Amino acid sequence: MTVFFYIAAIIAIFSTLMVISRTNVIHALLYMVVSLLSTAVMFFIIGAPFVAALEIMIYAGAIIVLFVFVVMMLNLGKPAIEQEKQWLAGSGWILPSLLSFILLIEVIYIISAAPAHPVAGVAISPRIVGHSMFTTYLIGVELSAILLLAGIIGAFHLARKKKQVVHRFLQKSQGAEK
Amino acid sequence: MISLNTGLIIAGILFSVGFIGVMIRRNMIFMLLSIEIMMNAAGLAFVFAGSRWGAPDGQIMFIFILTMAAAEVAVGLALAMQLYQKFKTLDTDAASNMRG
Repeated sequence: MTVFFYIAAIIAIFSTLMVISRTNVIHALLYMVVSLLSTAVMFFIIGAPFVAALEIMIYAGAIIVLFVFVVMMLNLGKPAIEQEKQWLAGSGWILPSLLSFILLIEVIYIISAAPAHPVAGVAISPRIVGHSMFTTYLIGVELSAILLLAGIIGAFHLARKKKQVVHRFLQKSQGAEK
Repeated sequence: MISLNTGLIIAGILFSVGFIGVMIRRNMIFMLLSIEIMMNAAGLAFVFAGSRWGAPDGQIMFIFILTMAAAEVAVGLALAMQLYQKFKTLDTDAASNMRG
């Protein structure tokens, strides 16, 4: 099981690197799906089968599909890919990558200096998760319901095309100009 | 043997890759995708920490992060569509001026 875990981790890191370096949006989204699936495998191995299923259903199945739909609606085409290539061709990405890489090395050093905590690997069933969610974390569930409502209203309000309200006299004069 | 340290290191690597993605990309869709990567990495750390003690709390935190990611991506993609309708590009620098 440990070998499978490390294979999944390497696939996750590699495909995430591919996500941020692609020029075509659809290719990046497909690599993102691969990354999420390998993360789900990791969750399954360390004993979180419910979260693994949620990761596949909601992240890969809903959020990434939402991205795909928006990309299809925008209908970007070849010029967008050319522009992405032009943006990535410069050397502007080197310095931020280097700085965050140094910070990552520090974090890895600090974590690996701590004593090792073996993960139990005992599967926690959805029954226990659900019970704890609706007793201890009930207020969190209510708050996330409010957050989702706010998200729905915000998305509806922002994505709506603005209706142009023109008085009928102006409409007539505009029509005459045309 | 899988240890909590390994899991936290993997989460840290994924988080920093997402962070680099937010910094180096100018396309709004790619920035939203990198933010998704970062939130997924944070959720990974939560689940690992919960699994270390055999407690369900980490998984519940992951579910909350999932909810927040869904709400965020809905609003973010709506903003991306507005940006595209107004400026005919997904470049975030196009919207850097006020009174755009």
